[in-house]
Formats: sequence, C-alpha cells, structure tokens
Amino acid sequence: MAFSFFGGIHPKENKRYACDRQVQDFPEPDILVIPMAQHIGAPCKPLVKKGDVVTMGQKIGDNQGLCVPVHASVSGKVKAVEPRPHTSGTMVMSVVIENDHLDTLCEDIQPRTQEEVEKLTAEELMNIIREAGIVGMGGATFPTHVKLSSGLGKVDTIIVNVSECEPFIVADDRLCQEYPAEMISGLKIVMKILGLNKAHIAMEDNKPAAAKALKAKLDPKEGIVLDILPAKYPQGAEKQLIYAVTGKEVPSGGLPAAVGCAVFNSATCKAIHDAVYLGMPLIRRIVTVSGDICMEPKNLMVPIGVSFNELLEAVGTRENPYKVLSGGPMMGAAQYDLAVPVIKGSNAVTILGIKNKYAVVQSRCIRCGKCIDACPMGLMPVLMYKSTYTSDPEEMKSVHMLDCIECGCCAYTCPASVPLVLAFRAAKQRIRDAAAKK
Amino acid sequence: MAQMKYFYELTISSSPHVHSPVTTRTIMRDVVIALLPALIGSVYFFGLRALMVTLVSVAACVLFEWGYCKLTKTNCKVYDLSAVVTGMLLAFVCPVTIPYWTIIIGAFFAIIVVKMLFGGVGRNIVNPALAGRAFMMSWALLMSTWVKVGFGNTPILGDTSMEALDGMTAATPMSFMHQGVLPEGVSALSMFMGNIGGCLGETSAVLLLIGFVYLLVRKIITVRIPLSFIGTVAVLTFLFPQGNERLDWMVYQICGGGLMLGAIFMATDYVTSPVTKMGQVVYGIGCGVLTVVIRYFGGYPEGVSYAILIMNCCVVLLDRIGRPKKFGAPKKVKEVAKG
Repeated sequence: MAFSFFGGIHPKENKRYACDRQVQDFPEPDILVIPMAQHIGAPCKPLVKKGDVVTMGQKIGDNQGLCVPVHASVSGKVKAVEPRPHTSGTMVMSVVIENDHLDTLCEDIQPRTQEEVEKLTAEELMNIIREAGIVGMGGATFPTHVKLSSGLGKVDTIIVNVSECEPFIVADDRLCQEYPAEMISGLKIVMKILGLNKAHIAMEDNKPAAAKALKAKLDPKEGIVLDILPAKYPQGAEKQLIYAVTGKEVPSGGLPAAVGCAVFNSATCKAIHDAVYLGMPLIRRIVTVSGDICMEPKNLMVPIGVSFNELLEAVGTRENPYKVLSGGPMMGAAQYDLAVPVIKGSNAVTILGIKNKYAVVQSRCIRCGKCIDACPMGLMPVLMYKSTYTSDPEEMKSVHMLDCIECGCCAYTCPASVPLVLAFRAAKQRIRDAAAKK
Repeated sequence: MAQMKYFYELTISSSPHVHSPVTTRTIMRDVVIALLPALIGSVYFFGLRALMVTLVSVAACVLFEWGYCKLTKTNCKVYDLSAVVTGMLLAFVCPVTIPYWTIIIGAFFAIIVVKMLFGGVGRNIVNPALAGRAFMMSWALLMSTWVKVGFGNTPILGDTSMEALDGMTAATPMSFMHQGVLPEGVSALSMFMGNIGGCLGETSAVLLLIGFVYLLVRKIITVRIPLSFIGTVAVLTFLFPQGNERLDWMVYQICGGGLMLGAIFMATDYVTSPVTKMGQVVYGIGCGVLTVVIRYFGGYPEGVSYAILIMNCCVVLLDRIGRPKKFGAPKKVKEVAKG
C-alpha cells in the first residue's frame, strides 16, 4: 500500500464549521425544480406534463442509453415542464412540482426483506439500482449501474471513497457517523454484484468519529478493510485514491477498471442500500451547507430539487455572499442564480464572504515551480500555461493538457494567482473542439 | 421569478475559490527579511555608508520601475517588492565606497534594461542585480576600491575615491587567492564571520547562512541550487588546491567572495533558474564549475556573478531535463536477466 500520492496541497480544512452538526431533515419546501439532467450521459425525457399529479418516488423522467431515471422527491402537482437554471450554468429542462405536503408514497415503492434481497441476482440488483436513479454522488454523477456492469469480471478491488478532501464539506463524514450500517450494507450489495469478497473503505485521518462509527459496524470476517490515509488534497480524486490504496496507477486516459479498481462514494452506497432494501429511489441526499459567513452551518437531508435560495435561508449569512458554490471551494462551480436546485451530485453548498476576494488579484508567473510540486498528476502547469498562449491543439496536447484533473492545486498554490485551471479548462475545450472538427 | 428571495451580486469565476496565503509579495518580503542579517552585518563592518548605499539602491530601483510603468502606462506592480529585492542585492554586490551616482546608473540598467524592457517581473532572462553589477564594472576602478573593515573608515557623504581614502584601502582575500596564495593574516574564522574586505553584503558567510535557514524554514527555496553550487566549488577547490593546503584552500574559497550570497540569494532567483528538480541541480553544478574556472583562469579575482549570468542563459535548456514523471504514464520496464 502506498498510503499517499505525489504532489497535493494542504488548504485550510474549515471542516469545523459543520462537522459536529447532526444531519437534519430539510423542512418540506413548497416548490421543487427537478432537472432532467442530473448525471453524465443522455438527459431524461419528461414522463409527466403540466397539471399531472405525482406521488413521492414516482418516475418523472427517463431515456434510453447512458441514462438513469429521475423521480419526484415529494408528492404534488406538476406546475410546469420548462427549462430552468441548473448548477452547470446552463438552462436545463426541468419538472417543477408544487408540494402538497402529503408525502403520498408511490405504489411501486415496496421494501424487501433480507431473504428476498439474498435471492436477487446481480442482473436484478443492477436493474434495481438503475431504476432507483442512482449515480455517483461524490459529484461526478456517473450512472452507477453502468460502472457496475462494465466492471463485471474486470474489477478485483472495490474502494469506497470517504476521503472528502475538499474544505468545508462534511456530508460523507456525517453519513458515516449516522448511517454506518446502511453504508456498509450498500457496499455488501456492490460486492455481491461484482462477485468479490473484499473491499476497502478509504478515509482521511481527519475524521476520527466517522472511523470509529464504521469500525463498530465492521466485522473483520467480512473482508472489508478500513484504510486511514493522511489528509491531503486531492486524496479523494479517483486516480490518487486508487494509488494511495493499491499503489497502482490508472494509465493516462484510462478508467479505474484498467487496473481492476472501482471506486464508489459512501453516499452512493447508502443510496444502493435504500434502493434495494427500502425500494426507495434516490430522491434526497445529505448536503453540507457551510461557509465562512454562515450564521449556522448545517448538514441537511435535502429533497432533490430544493433551490439554493432556500438552503441559504436555512443557514443564514452574516453578510452578503461573495460567491455561492455548488460543491467545495477547490472544485465547486460558482453560481450566478440561486434559483438553481440541489441535484444528485450536490454534496455541498459553500457560501464564501468578500474576504476571499484577494484570491483573484493576478500578477505574472515568477517561475517559482510551486505548481509542479503541487500537481498530483505529475504535470508541469507552468509549461502548460505557456502552451495556452498558442491556440495550437497539438502544442497544448504535448504538455499533457488532457491529463489535467482540474483539482486546482496549482492555482491554489500559485503565488502570482495565475488563473491556471481556467486556462486549462479553456485549452481542453479547444483540444476537444479541434478533435471534433476532424 | 417567485422563487427568487434574495438578490445578491454574486461573483462567478473558475475554481479554485480559495488561495494559499503565499503570494509573490510575501515571498519577496521573506527574501528581504532573509537579507537583513547580512545588511546589519555590513553596517557593523563598514559603517553607515553601507546602509545609505543600500537605501539609495532600493529607492532607485523602486522609482525606476514605478516611473517606467507610469511612462508606458502599464499596470504598476511595485507592490510585489521584487524591485526592493533587486535593489538590496545590487547594493550587496558593490563595494561600500561606490559613489551614489554609480549605483543609480546600475539600478537603471538592472530595472529598466534587464527587467522592464524584457516585460517586467517574471520575464527577465538574467538576474537584474547581477546584470546591473556587470554593467557597473565599466567603472572598474570604482568597483574595486576596497576599504579596510572598520565602522568609521568610509564617510557617509563625501569623497570615497582611492586617493581620498589613502591608507584605508586594502586588497581583499579574493585578490590574494587569485594569485594562488592564501590571504596573509586573515584567519578562517574571519572569513566565516565576515570581518574581511569585499563587497558590501557578501563578506559574512554566517549571516548569509542565517538568511538561508530562514528561507528554508519558510519554504521559499530548497537546498538544491545552493547545495549543488557550493558543493561543486568545494569539491573542485579541494581537488585542485593550487599548491595550498587542501582543506584551508577549500574553506577560504567557499567563504570568500560572493559565493554564499550568490548561491543562496542570486542563483535561487525563481525567474532566472530552472523549474525542474534535476534542472536545478545541474544548474547549481554548472554555476559551481564556472565559478572555479573564472576564479582560477579568469582576469577578475571573482567569478560568481558571471557564472550565474552565464547559467541564467541556459535555463531554457535546463527546463527540459528532469521533467516529473506523469501520473499514469507507462513505466520504463527494465529487462532483468533471468538465470
């Protein structure tokens, strides 16, 4: 075991804001906006129209291909089916539901007993996971059933990612403290599907309470190992995590399955448990609402579709927010419209105050080389940035632009505050555009 | 929209949204702090004129950069303190007797010609302070008037020419060593402590090493360049002692001249040194070899500044070696003979 990776940084963790706050149920909102695109792949087609009455957990969107369905998070009436702002910054077709506050459950939702679950085949389990709309809940939102079916026969190591290396976010930490049994149960279902009898749970050493809660539920005979890794950003990045746990490097441009690994987020495991045992589709998730100007940071069990506005109201802010991020401060996306809803991949809403503004005062590269030491992918951001002066895709590819995981270590550490990640995102888009033209 | 409850002016930007507290300005501030022990030492050894020369040099550098930005209507970045560092280093490589007008010309060359005309901070090819010194060598006599160590030996204002200082001047240890002999009456301890003749800020190895430790602790620089630079000089002078006692010769060579100042503060200048670890080591070795070659065979007794200037020009090439191994790149499989 390698236990760590090269490069990386130690940003101020700021976990203390919310790490001791128990997960609370979010008070049922009146209006929910449920986007049809909450995963990587083809967006869903709405299955309901304006005026329809929907029940909690009812499927309201689905599509063919690389896609998982979306479900109504509450019961009520469909108010509109129209494009609405989305955390990705674009307008996305969404179903707007007016909550009737009755929480009428959909008839399809039937719990299963332990015996029933044990009889299910891998095929059936994967179908349940797909129908429950489960995606990778760490933020990447890759459909879980696809990851499972493509990993069949190739994967020999399952890793549950509880690293949560982003500052402020404690959603997975809280999940492991409050739902350890559910998470481990979900993991066992994954192990059953992939036909493996061992798995790793990888956690950073800054979550002792979560580690204790998990250890209490782990039976050493079951083959699940808890790996405590040193806290370093980006420990939770898939490739870095696999390297830290197994010592294997995912080849450039390859998938984790290439080295026999599959990584699942802890929240995904709990969602799998809920889908299989309770029959409950993915309609709510734990969201850390935190930030340096929050009056009362919270961990909330939020129905999918609640707007950021309501989350901000729930925590209160001391001053006007400077930035509101979907996700953490290292990789989160800044939002311009707080009407955007919580989606399946939203693990946190981070609210930053004006004192974070100094980070955008930019000067020139002084060639200190700190970015090279920080890059967990072994790249040379200083040369990559130079290559973006040209618009030549070949030149940009030659410095391994496409290997960049946009973790933000280089831009964080850059003393001149050069907007490296911004430049690399634009460059990668340019390379993709050029490839598409050919 | 009915849902919109708040109307904030939200800022949109690419991630990351937090930043390390280390900025160019804090780095330069740390370098200035690291140079302070040597500055205090030079005041102790050479009198208040050392402080005056440094202040004039710093003021000239800052004013030239500010003026250039105002004239060309470009964004002025004087607040990053890099001009202050250049000013201090420029003063440190001049004799304390240097007339103020000369150092102002040196500052002009360093800041305007070497730094700003190449595009300002981060764009210069050679170290501005060393290039300024090289330019000031046009006044060779002024740049090689060495006074004896003593607080009151040099007037703060007034004539500092060789004639006016009659009786106060003395050859530096380096000029003895250029002849291939150890300096008479100068102990190894004096070489280390710095009560010897020489440029204003370069004489005291111990005070420069204190600054070195500070920079290491603050993680501003690594040991790679200074260690490979000084190490190479040590090895070469130990191997070729020019007929002297090996160990003595090595110690005098290491503590003498501008080696410590150059290796710790000049060769490590981010802008003009390689970014790769391997490149930095090769750069340091190159500086060391050139220093010894110039000291042994050159016309000047001292070679550190020219060694660094020459190696500055090789940085583009040195950046190509020792690039880090990309994560996920195929490893080079070594064929292992079986049997």
